[in-house]
Amino acid sequence: MQDTFKIAGLELESRIFIGSGKFPNNRLIPEIIKASQAQVMTVAVRRFDFENKDENILNFIPENVFLMPNTSGARNVEEAVRIARIAKAASNTNLIKIEIINDNKYLLPDNYATAKACEILSKEGFSVFPYMNADLYAARDMANAGAAAVMPIGAPIGTNKGLKSKEMVRILIEEINLPVIVDAGLGAPAQACECMEIGCAAVMVNTAISSSANPVLMAEAFKDAVKAGRKAYLAGLGIVSETAKASSPLTGFLTEAYEEAVK
Amino acid sequence: MSFYDAKKKYDGFDFNKFSADITGTDIETILAKETLSETDFLALLSPEAKKHIENIARKANLTAAQHFGKSILLYAPLYVSNFCTNNCAYCGFSTNNNIKRKVLTFEEIEKNCKVVAGYGIRHILLLTGESNTKTPIEYLKKCVEILRNYFESVDIEVYPLDENGYKLLGDCGADGLTVYQETYDEEIYKSLHTNGAKADYAYRLETCERAGRAGYRNLNVGALLGLNDFVSEIFFAGLHAEYLQDTFPSAEIGMSFPRIRPAAGGFRPKTIITDSDIVQAMCAVRLFINRINLTVSTRESRSLRNNLIPLGITKMSAASSTAVGGYAGKGSEGQFKINDTASVEEVKRMIYEKGYQPVLKDWLVF
Repeated sequence: MQDTFKIAGLELESRIFIGSGKFPNNRLIPEIIKASQAQVMTVAVRRFDFENKDENILNFIPENVFLMPNTSGARNVEEAVRIARIAKAASNTNLIKIEIINDNKYLLPDNYATAKACEILSKEGFSVFPYMNADLYAARDMANAGAAAVMPIGAPIGTNKGLKSKEMVRILIEEINLPVIVDAGLGAPAQACECMEIGCAAVMVNTAISSSANPVLMAEAFKDAVKAGRKAYLAGLGIVSETAKASSPLTGFLTEAYEEAVK
Repeated sequence: MSFYDAKKKYDGFDFNKFSADITGTDIETILAKETLSETDFLALLSPEAKKHIENIARKANLTAAQHFGKSILLYAPLYVSNFCTNNCAYCGFSTNNNIKRKVLTFEEIEKNCKVVAGYGIRHILLLTGESNTKTPIEYLKKCVEILRNYFESVDIEVYPLDENGYKLLGDCGADGLTVYQETYDEEIYKSLHTNGAKADYAYRLETCERAGRAGYRNLNVGALLGLNDFVSEIFFAGLHAEYLQDTFPSAEIGMSFPRIRPAAGGFRPKTIITDSDIVQAMCAVRLFINRINLTVSTRESRSLRNNLIPLGITKMSAASSTAVGGYAGKGSEGQFKINDTASVEEVKRMIYEKGYQPVLKDWLVF
C-alpha cells in the first residue's frame, strides 16, 4: 500500500521521527535508524561539534536520513531564532524544530514564544516544526505563521506516560490543517500506535528507545506499532460502544405485528 | 521570600528523631511515589533508607536516564588566583596558610586555555580565591572574555558578587554560577567564617538568587561535606536547589557533593562522609528533584567516580588542576589535592565502558 507522507518538501515512507540526544553511544544511531526505518532525525544544535570528529553526532547520521536541527536550550524567541540561523549555516537544511522552554522542571514548551519564533523563521524561509503544548489557539497562531506541522506533547518529555493529551490532540487533528506529529511522552509502542490510530501524521520518539535495555529492538517495535496504527487509521476504526448490545432491547416491542395491532 | 527565610521553618527541627522514626514501610511507600515531599526526601537520607539503597539506586538510575539520557557532560576547572581574604580552616587558600600566592596574567590565562581546550574540553569553570582587591571585577570580566574565546560555556566560582556584578560578568559571557554554602548550619558557619565578607551567612546563602535575577542559565549549590552532619546538610542543599528551581524556572539547577580533601592547613573534618553516604545523598536528591544536574569532581577517586556514573550524575570534571596556572606549567599549590588524575581520554573511555556517552559540547556561543 502506497502511503507517502509529504511534508516540507520531503516525501517520506516512514512516519516515525527519532531524537538523538539520549543514546549511550552515537555508534548506535545507524542501527536505530535501520531498525526504526526512520527518515528524519532531530539533533540539538547545542551538540553540533565540528571540532571534534569522533564525538560529533552529525557524523553518525546516515546520509539518506533528513537532519532536523532543534533549538534545545533556547529560553526565548531571540535565542531560538539565533540557534536556528546557526543550524541553517552549519547543516545546510531549512528544517528546524523549535523548542523554547522556560521551565526546567517539566520542560514544557512556551507556546507564546514558539508562535512568535515560527513567524520570524517561516519568513526567513525555514520549514518550521514547533514543539508545543496541545492548545488549539496556539496551534492556529503557528499555522497562520507558516509552520510546516505542529508537534504537540503527548505527556511531559521523558515521562513515558503516553498520549495524556489525547482529547486536545484529537481537536488539533480535526481543526488544524497541518500534519500533527506527537512529540514527547510516548513510552511504549502501543502509545505510538494510539497516536496514529486517531490520525496523527507521525510521531517523534526518543527516550522510550534510548532508555530501553535493547534500543535497537525497541526501535523496531515502534516502527511496527506506527505502521499498525497508520493502517488502522486508514482502514477506519469501528465505533466504540459504551454498552454491550442488549439481548432484551427496550424498543423490542416495536415489531411490525405490534404496529399493525395498534393501528 | 529568600531561601534564608524559607529555610527558617525547619529551625529547631529534630533531625535525629525524624530519622529514627522512619520505617522500612515508609521507604517502600516513598519509592512507589511519583513526586516526593520535603519530608519524603529527608526520609531517604535516614539510616533506615540505607538498608534499601539498592532499590533507591535503581529508581535513581531510571529517573536520570529518562530525564537526561545516558550521557555525562565533561568540564574542567581553571583557577586564576589563590589570593583570599578568608580564613576558612578547611581550605588550602586560607589566609592562615603560608602558600605561594599568584594571580594569573591574561597571557598566562590564554596559555592555560589553550592546554585545556586542547584536551577537548568545551565547558569551563572559572575559579578564584575570594579577594576582590587581587581579582577585582574588571579582572574577572577580562578573564571571562578570554575564556569565552576558547569554551562554549563559562561558569564562575568566584567570591559572591551583587546582582550588578553578575550582570557585568554575564554580559562578558558567563552563564553559570557555582557557590557552595559550605555548611547550611548558621552557627557552625559563623564559627568557621569569622572575618571578611564571608562571615555574612545570609549574603552567601542568597548568592545564587542574585545570579538568578541576573539571568544566569546554570545555578549550582552544595555543602562542603564533613563540616557538619550529613543528613541535615544534604537536606538543606536539596531544599536550596528546589527553591532555586521554583524561583528561576528557566535556569538549570545543579548540585555537587564535595567532601573535605587533604589541603594546606591539615583541617580534620568533624564528620567522616563515607562513599555510601555520597551514594545515598545523590540518589535521594535525584528522586527529590528529577531534573537536577548532579556533578562529581576529581576530589573523588577514579573507582568511585566510575561507580557513580549510573547512579544519576550528569556532569564530571576531568583532567583537573586546582593549582593556579596548573595546566600550562607547574602552577602554585592547589586548593585541595586531586584524587582522580585521569586524562580526558581516560575519563571518556571509562564513561563509554559504563554504557554512557561522554558529552564534550552541550551549548554554543552565539
